[in-house]
Amino acid sequence: MGLYWSFGTVLLLLCITAPVALAFGFGGASAARSHFAPLRWFGKTYIALVRGVPDIAFFLFFVIAIDQGIEYLRHKVKCPDWDMPVRQGNDFVVCAAAKMPLGNSPQFYHEAYGFALAVLTFAIVFGAFAANVLFGAMRAVPHGQLETAEAYGMTRRQTFWRVLVPQMWVFALPGLSNLWMVLIKATPLLFLLGVEDIVYWSRELGGTKTPNFTDYPHGDWRIYYFAFLLVFYLCFTRVSEIVLDKIMARLTFGQATSAGEAQRKAGR
Amino acid sequence: MEDCIQTILDYGLRSQGIGERLLPRSDFTLCQQFTLIGSGMIWNIYFGVVALITGFFFATALAMGKAARSAWLRKPAEWFIFIFRGSPLFIQFFFAYFLFLSLKSVHPSFSAFTSAWLGALVVLFLNTAAYSAEIFYGALQSIPKGDTEAADAYGLQGWSRFRRVIWPTMLRLAWPAYTNEAIFLFHATTLVFFSGFPATQQRGDALYYANYFADKTFNPFVPYPILAMYFIILTLIVITIFGAVNRYLNRHLPQDRRAKIKYRPQVIR
Repeated sequence: MGLYWSFGTVLLLLCITAPVALAFGFGGASAARSHFAPLRWFGKTYIALVRGVPDIAFFLFFVIAIDQGIEYLRHKVKCPDWDMPVRQGNDFVVCAAAKMPLGNSPQFYHEAYGFALAVLTFAIVFGAFAANVLFGAMRAVPHGQLETAEAYGMTRRQTFWRVLVPQMWVFALPGLSNLWMVLIKATPLLFLLGVEDIVYWSRELGGTKTPNFTDYPHGDWRIYYFAFLLVFYLCFTRVSEIVLDKIMARLTFGQATSAGEAQRKAGR
Repeated sequence: MEDCIQTILDYGLRSQGIGERLLPRSDFTLCQQFTLIGSGMIWNIYFGVVALITGFFFATALAMGKAARSAWLRKPAEWFIFIFRGSPLFIQFFFAYFLFLSLKSVHPSFSAFTSAWLGALVVLFLNTAAYSAEIFYGALQSIPKGDTEAADAYGLQGWSRFRRVIWPTMLRLAWPAYTNEAIFLFHATTLVFFSGFPATQQRGDALYYANYFADKTFNPFVPYPILAMYFIILTLIVITIFGAVNRYLNRHLPQDRRAKIKYRPQVIR
């Protein structure tokens, strides 16, 4: 049963992460374009840092770092009269009331909290990549458009929201669809974050012995389970490719780009 | 300072199984973390360099196959590229590991494949070949028509046409994208010990040791930045080497027509 639910987990992760990462990316790209220097530096560092380092390192890092950050803040608020240091040698100690989630809460909360951390981590990492794509797309919008908006007396903010943002999506779509593919392919990394996803269950169910069930009536089937996962991901990628091609064709329609020109000539 | 030199002597080659057997268990010093994670980088560099060099030749063959007119050559190449680019590397590692495990029970000569140094290398080799082949294929498609026409006019045919005209031009066009592929191959090597392949006697790669420290100290703020530093240095080295090759490939062109390498990653594979 767990295996079937875990497919739901993966799909849910994709559904939540994609918009959140896009929002992060939008924020990052706008920050990188800002006229206020510290904000601009922040945006650029965010993009550059996440891209220069292997992403798994980030996945492993953020999950612990965010967890500890939240617990530390709760610790400060809830137990102000705690006098021992939080870091004692090799341990990270907070008072019992600051544990996240609380030690006595049901199993479901623990799993949901782990999942939420995973989503946040994915969103931070993919937000940086999305920020990179959107930053490029904002620069690809013809400069004449912005100058026209200025000539009409629009403020910077108005120009940004009314002229730049609506036009940048065509330029951003190829990069974003690439990112979506990459996001699909990153989902098995959930396994590393401690969420019981499809990789976890394939390993458990395919093996001959597991901690949960002592003996299965079959031999080592993990190879078949993983072959199935491979096919699942291939199909998923293929379907996404087809859908994204359709969207691109729709968006290109009537655009003054070479692809749009080709469509016009083909007499669509 | 004395301590640190001793630590480097003890743990510098720990990832290869040389030096102290036991990893430090408590009172971790910064020096220990730097040394062990750096020692793990040996594996990352080994996987990256060997897979890149071997994968390069296979990728050229695959790209030629995909561009071939005969369906017998084209279809297998297309499917190979689709399968390795369409599925997560992480799953490929798992699948390959269990595949090799069951092959091992059929014939003992496969036992080397179940260990990371060969098994994971094979997966990385096939994976990078598929990604690079797609890049090379794109470059093959965009070779200027004039170049091939000039080759025909000189009477070049078959191998010498490929060797003297098509191949150099393809490489020149593909090189900026190929640089990014190389960088990301190095990043992907960190996945090896987190998938099915076990790290025997705790001989792991850089991320393996970084994760070890983070688990033991429950403090991610030291080992992961160290790892990040190592990888940024590695990335800079790769960019320098590939930039030199890029200059060599473009040496006959006027300054302003040379392709610049831009760092534009395609993220995870």
